[in-house]
Amino acid sequence: MKKEKLRVIPPAERANPDLESGKYLLMWQGPQHPGITGNMSLKLIVEGDSVVDCETHVGYLHRGFEKLMERRLWMQNFPLVCRIAVPEPDFNEYCYAAALEELAGIQIPDKAVWLRTLSLEMIRLASFLMWIGGQAGAFGHGTIIQWSVTMRDYVLDLFEELSGGRIYHMYIIPGGVRGDVPAGFFKHVLEIMDTVQKNLDDIELVMFHNVVFKMRAEGLGYIPADWVDHYGITGPNARAAGVARDLRKDLGYLAYPRLDFKTIVGQKSDAYERARLRLLEMYQCIDLIRQIVDQCPKDGPFREKLPNPLYWKIPAGETYVAAECTRGEYGFYVASDGSDKPRRVAVRGPSYTHAVAVMERLARGVNIADVAGLMVSLHTYPPEIER
Amino acid sequence: MDIKDFIAPFAVWKRAFEKPFTVKKPIDERPGAPRYRGFHINDAERCVGCGTCEAICMNKAIDLVPVEGREAKEGDSGLRPRVDYGRCCWCALCVDICPSGSLNMSNEYLWIDSDPDVFRYTPGVDKKPWDGAELGYRRAEGYRLLDEQRVPMAELGHREAVKSFLELVQGYSRAQAEKEADRCVSCGLCIASCPAHMDIPGYIKAVREGDLDTGLRLLYETNPFPEACGRICTHLCEGACSIGTGGDPVAIRWLKRYIADQVELSAYAKALPRAEPSVGKKVAVVGAGPGGLSAAYYLALLGYEVKVYEKDGEAGGMLRYGIPEYRLPYPALDKDIGYIESLGVTIKRGVAIGKDLSLSDLRRDYHAVYLSTGLPVAYGLEVPGDKHPRVLDGVAVLAAATRGEELGLGKRVAVIGGGNVAMDAARTALRHGAAVDILYRRREEDMPADADEIREAKAEGARLIEKSIPVEVKDAAGALAGKAALFVWNEAEMVQKEEGKRPVPEAIPGALREELYDSIIAAIGQGPDLSYVTEEDGVPMKRFKPLVDARGMASPGASPKGGAIFAGGDLVNDRKDAISAIADGHRAALSIDRHLSGKGA
Ligand SMILES: Cc1cc2nc3c(=O)[nH]c(=O)nc-3n(C[C@H](O)[C@H](O)[C@H](O)COP(=O)(O)OP(=O)(O)OC[C@H]3O[C@@H](n4cnc5c(N)ncnc54)[C@H](O)[C@@H]3O)c2cc1C
Ligand code: SF4
Repeated sequence: MKKEKLRVIPPAERANPDLESGKYLLMWQGPQHPGITGNMSLKLIVEGDSVVDCETHVGYLHRGFEKLMERRLWMQNFPLVCRIAVPEPDFNEYCYAAALEELAGIQIPDKAVWLRTLSLEMIRLASFLMWIGGQAGAFGHGTIIQWSVTMRDYVLDLFEELSGGRIYHMYIIPGGVRGDVPAGFFKHVLEIMDTVQKNLDDIELVMFHNVVFKMRAEGLGYIPADWVDHYGITGPNARAAGVARDLRKDLGYLAYPRLDFKTIVGQKSDAYERARLRLLEMYQCIDLIRQIVDQCPKDGPFREKLPNPLYWKIPAGETYVAAECTRGEYGFYVASDGSDKPRRVAVRGPSYTHAVAVMERLARGVNIADVAGLMVSLHTYPPEIER
Repeated sequence: MDIKDFIAPFAVWKRAFEKPFTVKKPIDERPGAPRYRGFHINDAERCVGCGTCEAICMNKAIDLVPVEGREAKEGDSGLRPRVDYGRCCWCALCVDICPSGSLNMSNEYLWIDSDPDVFRYTPGVDKKPWDGAELGYRRAEGYRLLDEQRVPMAELGHREAVKSFLELVQGYSRAQAEKEADRCVSCGLCIASCPAHMDIPGYIKAVREGDLDTGLRLLYETNPFPEACGRICTHLCEGACSIGTGGDPVAIRWLKRYIADQVELSAYAKALPRAEPSVGKKVAVVGAGPGGLSAAYYLALLGYEVKVYEKDGEAGGMLRYGIPEYRLPYPALDKDIGYIESLGVTIKRGVAIGKDLSLSDLRRDYHAVYLSTGLPVAYGLEVPGDKHPRVLDGVAVLAAATRGEELGLGKRVAVIGGGNVAMDAARTALRHGAAVDILYRRREEDMPADADEIREAKAEGARLIEKSIPVEVKDAAGALAGKAALFVWNEAEMVQKEEGKRPVPEAIPGALREELYDSIIAAIGQGPDLSYVTEEDGVPMKRFKPLVDARGMASPGASPKGGAIFAGGDLVNDRKDAISAIADGHRAALSIDRHLSGKGA
């Protein structure tokens, strides 16, 4: 059916069509289009129903986090960073905290290591659950999102129980975490994991064995393996192209070296393959969460005492701390001049690469109807592009 | 594509028969989790309005505002935090940092109103349905952003301590001082409670930042006795410290001492302000205690020529002749006094006013006179036999100890009284090898002495006999006659005479007890000796004290007979501690300057 479209590599150069010719139409998708994952927009030039050229426009969501952080005390930035990537706040919390701890020479207690790992895997699962609803929806499949967002809500219930917040958890604080798990929490975690897993089985059946989804997603947005280094592609987008790259393995931070898991890689590198790989990673999340619940120490301190946050100064220095988020490499570069505020913070999210450079190229030649599905298949979050 | 791809999607239908995930009325049935970070609640009684929540909030969502019916008082600004939910991001850092633990969050998250202004309110003051919520965010056990524990101070062990007059408190090292200074949140509640209103957050910041010259300068702005006060101050500030509402108060007194100890006297001049050029006027100060010398210091800074008349052989007043060396070593006091003298203040030692010179001489020769002669006369026991040669006066014993005289207290000593003088006398007697009983009319909790002093006196081996009313002193029998005495007291019980007043001791009929002592030290208070003030000096008196106005002025101003008289210190104020005397001296110096220069008179 779509076989002939398989592995089409879009041209590297931008098309320069003559808009006056009457052959082309310029149209904007976004910034409020539901098929755009957040507030950014695509300026498309189409010929018939095919995209000839795509230019991404970001900047609708700029809140100036990095600059704001230079004016706030080290600890005051802790509630700020989570907002950089709304659906995955915890990676920001972790990277920021870990960077500060590295610069200040603080060793966090083992319990905090485990609880941080737990919250990162929980948010990975929640984020994927939201994404999969979007992916199915972009191809007109409205049922999946009803299920997956409910499942995500169950995970958010867990966050609420653990941290007191559903969206912005503000749980991973410099020095450790903000509290031990409440009584009965691990039991709830395991129950919810069972529920989510059952639901994933249903999703697998209904979405991945769905002729419509297959027809539309297979062959769409093929990313050749040699683009990975060229564009700096990371995460599932790289792994689906057969490049086994996962910071959880490669850097071995937090409790990951003590967990049993394998990097999942794909091969076909199209939208379908990426979706499938993410589904497998959701199962992997559930497995990791169960392992964490099993191995997490039951007692012991969960936070290292830090100096008074009103005057805390961090020795001059700079560092870059990265973690594997759902979409790839998430990192914080933090520089201190020895004062009580950061000198510079730069946040590296995978979305910049994926949503701007990669998207612009992949869109060329795609059917208009598939643009949204393609965009979602790259799994990007515009808020983190605009820090 | 295989056939499964066409059929599988129909599996969705099975859900149609399942219980839905969603609930009908989430509002009724979905309370926030027990840790939910919902609307703030504040225990307005426990809150002291320190504003630390305001300081940490990066959204500037908190504003400390006055609250109707709540006045500022010692250790309480009277203000309470108002939260603006147009700004708050529910991070709860304010809860995490709150020193008293009064600020928390409820698990309530629903609040609908068409008036945007209501979303700015003062928790615990403006009544809300979630006030007193049991559930909601509380900081986890073992988790605080501030350190509730004070950096421990190295002190001599009690067994070691009683063997000598070595200083007990050893002082902080640099690392310890900086760590302790880091506990302060700069709320400034302490400033109001300090009689001298020292810039406490300022000098603590200087310690934190290792800028001791600035620290010293800030100390001297209001107090030229940092070495002494850094050791023996009654530290009211620590009672007001907001950190003390949920842990040990910041060791403000030890930090003050740290600054003064670290800077060499020879380096003081570099850090401290120089005296103004001479204004060509002269002021006499009577009494070289902390009050008199404080006045002298500030007057000298203002350009006055100051002469201090002191009847004793050494300057320092009760700091030298009262407070024992193990609490305030003489070199530390000498450093404070030495710096004051280095500014050109002359101290005429061994000159008693009323004997060697008269007050009217001073009034004739000086533009103004400041009286700070303290309370040198000890009250007697006022019981039969109190003139027995073994009944001694506490202040005299301490003064003799300072002069290095042989005390001859004997083996068994009774100290009568419950104030700091009694504790000092008892601990001095212990250091001379005596067994000591402290007898006090009321209970331990009623004793006016610092709790620390009482605790230490007991730890060093003094026996405390509470509720003992002195009845009589009888001479010992036989060979001991004249060399020892029997102290007779009546056991008492505490009786609540008047509602709301403190209970009073009442003798239990027939419960008389007596004990033989080699010395009985009376330490039940001191009074002034104002024999040097004559009627012509025109100093109005009330209850044997000079009556002063808000400026510290005691006479109605300069008269043809001479300069105006000001007075302060123990002689005048009710607090009777060093820092109040110092504050009085400072105030008097400024008033004298205003009076003599005609500025704002
Ligand atoms: C045993 C003891 C322990 C104490 N412990 C503490 C403590 O821990 N903390 C604290 O803050 N306070 C303490 N105090 C109180 C403190 O010492 C006094 O509040 C403070 O010294 C008062 O200062 P002043 O300048 O008013 O008077 P004083 O210090 O009493 O000084 C008055 C000076 O005037 C001189 N004088 C008196 N009459 C004449 C005269 N006619 N001519 C010339 N000179 C004269 C005296 O010799 C004396 O030197 C203690 C007092 C005593 C007695
Ligand atoms: S919860 Fe956070 S944002 Fe809200 S008032 Fe407290 S510190 Fe400020």
